[in-house]
Amino acid sequence: MPEIEAAKLKEIYTTMVRIRFFEERAVKEYRTKGLPGFVHPSIGQEAIPSAVCAFLREDDYVISTHRGHGDIIAKGARLDRMMAELFAKETGYCRGKGGSMHIAAVDLNILGATGIVGDGIPIASGVALACKMKNLDRVVVAFFGDGATNSGAFHEGIGLAAVWNLPVLFVCQNNQYQQSTPTRDYTRLSDLSDRAKAHGIPGITVDGNDAIAVAEVAREAIENVRKGRGPIFIVGNTYRTGGHHMGDPGTSYRTKEEVEEWKKRDPIKRLRDQLVQSKIATESELDEIENTTMRELDEAVEFAIKSPEPKVEEALEDIYYTPEK
Amino acid sequence: MRELTYREAVREALREEMKRDPSVFLMGEEIAEYGGSYKVTQGLLDEFGHDRVRNTPLAEASIAGAALGAALVGMRPVAEIMYIDFSFIAADQIINQIAKLRYMTGGMVKVPLVIRTQGGGGVAAGPHHSQSLEAIYAHIPGLIVVMPSTAYDAKGLLKSSIREDNPVIFIEHKKLYGEACEVPEEEYLVPLGKGEVKRQGKDITVVTYSRCVIRTLTVAEELKKDGIELEVVDPRTLKPLDEDVILSSVKKTGKAMVVYEAVRTGGFGAEIAATIAEKAFDYLDAPVKRVAALDSPIPFNPRMEDYILPNEEKIKAAALELMGK
Repeated sequence: MPEIEAAKLKEIYTTMVRIRFFEERAVKEYRTKGLPGFVHPSIGQEAIPSAVCAFLREDDYVISTHRGHGDIIAKGARLDRMMAELFAKETGYCRGKGGSMHIAAVDLNILGATGIVGDGIPIASGVALACKMKNLDRVVVAFFGDGATNSGAFHEGIGLAAVWNLPVLFVCQNNQYQQSTPTRDYTRLSDLSDRAKAHGIPGITVDGNDAIAVAEVAREAIENVRKGRGPIFIVGNTYRTGGHHMGDPGTSYRTKEEVEEWKKRDPIKRLRDQLVQSKIATESELDEIENTTMRELDEAVEFAIKSPEPKVEEALEDIYYTPEK
Repeated sequence: MRELTYREAVREALREEMKRDPSVFLMGEEIAEYGGSYKVTQGLLDEFGHDRVRNTPLAEASIAGAALGAALVGMRPVAEIMYIDFSFIAADQIINQIAKLRYMTGGMVKVPLVIRTQGGGGVAAGPHHSQSLEAIYAHIPGLIVVMPSTAYDAKGLLKSSIREDNPVIFIEHKKLYGEACEVPEEEYLVPLGKGEVKRQGKDITVVTYSRCVIRTLTVAEELKKDGIELEVVDPRTLKPLDEDVILSSVKKTGKAMVVYEAVRTGGFGAEIAATIAEKAFDYLDAPVKRVAALDSPIPFNPRMEDYILPNEEKIKAAALELMGK
């Protein structure tokens, strides 16, 4: 396999920074402005969606989860409209009806995010079925967490994709915890990608905090899926450095030492060091990516604040589709 | 005019819509070579091939989830859930995803799909193959619920359901598959959300649907000999409910009965009774009467089953009581 090209690595780095900064800013906005509901940050997990989506085409599809900001930013979602959704505004992607857990951007083939763990998996198989029936060489990526791998929907959805040879890439971001329950307490498997064996499809485990490693695996997997060789299951081992949501400090079920140990393996710092050491990018170039993202987030927050509230009566719209009269 | 059975009428609707629109396809358990548990899809595999008549794994969540995924990207799936009793396995996808995705995304997507299933008792199939669960789905905003009582309605309503851009739960009755009536050769549709007066009468409005329509019509002919004329109103679609056809009949007769096969408590008939009480109270000479199954699982023993389910005898007794006889 040829090495991942420099431009691609810089793109992945940029995406990771955009995810990290978006979520840090989102948490800050929740804390300081008392936004409604809650957010589930994926801080620490950015390498996986960034490296996977770097090899998708615009017409490929992504389905995400309640912890999905990263997945959809990686597929190209706009930060301002995402932020506006968190602020429950009319200009939000879901016009204030979905919130953090359900952001979709159908024009970008981001088909939605589910609050029911595992439910996106069979839906992704259905999208892939349609692609296959229409002879489109598109790839569908279903992102989900390790907790989802015990759900019926996971096995049913992968089973269907396997038996029908559908173009889906199933990507598990194994952040080591099903909310607060560690992997060892909910499965006897030490390697979650072994679950693929039950369905007769390839299962690949990769260091999910190593963006370059994820990129190498994802590039090849996406190519295989696109060529009609059937679905593939990838597990990226990673870590959610924060709590389950911003109200959970994440301290009652894991040790400080464990969290600190994982923080040392921070995927953004790691890729930054690799880019600088291999002279793919200079420190100042990477600083500029961060500064640009910061400015974009300031604008996104301003956009969200200035955006109008939806009318409450709109709560009764969009329950059913009604043709234009 | 020629006669078709309910089974043949459903099959003909599927065939016509599949011919008309290449995005229509079928998926479900045992629907291909076997022709479906009640032989509704028999012959369609030969005509349309495996790509459009798809046997699925025995995994209802994936059937519903994949139908949703395919619908999101331009297909019009008709998914069969063999027995409505099994729909609970798919119910998470139906209720949490299919019914809500348009809403959660602020109206970004359309969900044109049909879940075909069948329910009801009368064949000694026991507690897991005999239930009437329409109220569960009629309770969920975002779904359309259809329950045809005749072959004519089944064909016309199914064709409308397949052309509908919202998700439809299409509930057939296993005891109706062999019932025949006149069905024209030429194309027709029966609109969703439109009820029909199946029999004119001046004394009591009986609102009923699915198999109970047939049973009530039998009773109506018997009561005619006693000089009592039942007006039999079949809403055909439970959601959206055609309140006008019900209320205008009640306003004419001044007496109302609701007959449904589901268990009494929380059944959809309670919703109809409440609607009549709310909107036509001043026209009523007596309280609305309900004839429904007793609050019990459906037993295997045929005599016990008949004891639990509403039948002609119970419908007749209730009508006589309402007439003060």
